[in-house]
Amino acid sequence: MSEWSRKHLLGLSEMSKEEIEAILDSAKAFKEISKRQVKKVPALRGKTVVNLFFEASTRTKTSFELAAKRLSADVVNFSSKGSSLEKGETILDTLRNLEAYSVDIFVIRHNHSKAPFYLSTRTQASVINAGDGLNEHPTQALLDMFTVRERLGKLKGLKVAIVGDILHSRVARSNIWGFSKFSSQVWVCAPPTLIPKYYSCLPVKITYSLKEALSGADVVIMLRVQKERQSQMFFPSQREYSEFFSLNEENAKLLKEHSLVMHPGPVNWDVEIASCLKEKVQNLILEQVNNGLAVRMAVLYLLSIGKKYEVGS
Amino acid sequence: MEYKEKSKIIDSQEICRALKRLAHQILEKNPNPANLALIGIQRRGVFLAKRIQDIISHIKHVDVPLGVIDITLYRDDLTAVGPAPLVRQTQIEFDISTKVVVLVDDVLYTGRTIRCALDEIMDFGRPKRIELAVLIDRGHRELPIRADFVGKNIPTASSEVVEVKVQELDGKDEVVILEKNNE
Repeated sequence: MSEWSRKHLLGLSEMSKEEIEAILDSAKAFKEISKRQVKKVPALRGKTVVNLFFEASTRTKTSFELAAKRLSADVVNFSSKGSSLEKGETILDTLRNLEAYSVDIFVIRHNHSKAPFYLSTRTQASVINAGDGLNEHPTQALLDMFTVRERLGKLKGLKVAIVGDILHSRVARSNIWGFSKFSSQVWVCAPPTLIPKYYSCLPVKITYSLKEALSGADVVIMLRVQKERQSQMFFPSQREYSEFFSLNEENAKLLKEHSLVMHPGPVNWDVEIASCLKEKVQNLILEQVNNGLAVRMAVLYLLSIGKKYEVGS
Repeated sequence: MEYKEKSKIIDSQEICRALKRLAHQILEKNPNPANLALIGIQRRGVFLAKRIQDIISHIKHVDVPLGVIDITLYRDDLTAVGPAPLVRQTQIEFDISTKVVVLVDDVLYTGRTIRCALDEIMDFGRPKRIELAVLIDRGHRELPIRADFVGKNIPTASSEVVEVKVQELDGKDEVVILEKNNE
């Protein structure tokens, strides 16, 4: 693939392997920019990017904001808290009002699945999904894949184990779509209450045993236990969860020497990963943050430059 | 638009001679190669820069640092109609602020690529001087830019295309002129 023509980035499920590769290849070039004396390129000069966040976020929002600024775009941050949404404005009206400022890209996070898709059908601007409900979080999966490709040199034929709150994880879903397109086998591992029934229809292997998930895995993605979503009791106690599903010194021995341990952050130490492993795994988790910036720069660039086609047209 | 080959203007031997001449000219102007650095412009300029580096190391027994630059993000036509061009690697792993940088490209035409490269290099620091070496100068400048070292001047019509092929990418070394296929 030598050029890019997709207008929106809504999820990895609808993207081809070649498109994903194009983003990862570009991200490699964008990573270098952050090492320069002047960490800024003029590619998106005169473009306006709006971070439209209807749900709390620090990491993703900061990452997108910095990515846009390093490309010389103008950035506006919008959070639903303290906005007219509290006065009863609909999200579509909010979008239309902001669009009146000639916005080129909306980066949207919303607690309802498919909200970015809905908004993409009603705006002239490009839309990037920064996490929608329980559906997808494509840029997080892209940065995970970028990190894996950089460290292991390939994305094909790997065993990728995703451990933790699968039920509430859009990161898991995006990673499943992404990695399976490269013929890697994704395993999911969690207490049965945290794996939805429909997962048996996805291209994944399901296990309730952490041992089985870890043995021979090339990549382990430990998901955060989302305390804010634990109002219903999905497991008896945090202590019991960590007893069975946390990565510790003992079960880490099941991994290969080259195995990567990743985490989308923020880590609850001693819940998902034992704190005695902190020193071993922290570097890669911080590298993921750095790679996230490069991947988001690549996505912003590819979506905002040139003429695009609408999906389905 | 389709193009057909009109004529082959340089063969591999002549490319080899031209690069040797360029290397000698660069050394003549810069007698102290310790200050020298080469930066090749993606894609074919990179391979030409590498060959000039080899020739210099053969003559002077010094390894001149070599960088690679992709100018896509600095282009002045990025928002024009057409899909986004993919960005290739930029890699300058030495401090350019103490160096005389010789920029290397295959064809000098409008000068717009060189303008991009100059802007981009400045974002890496402040070199002592920047010089330009090109294999082919085909004229038709749109900016006040000229080359310090030219392999060969080739007068062309603006409807023609000058295509440099290198062994590393195209399987052979040659320069051809293409023209629009009107059939």
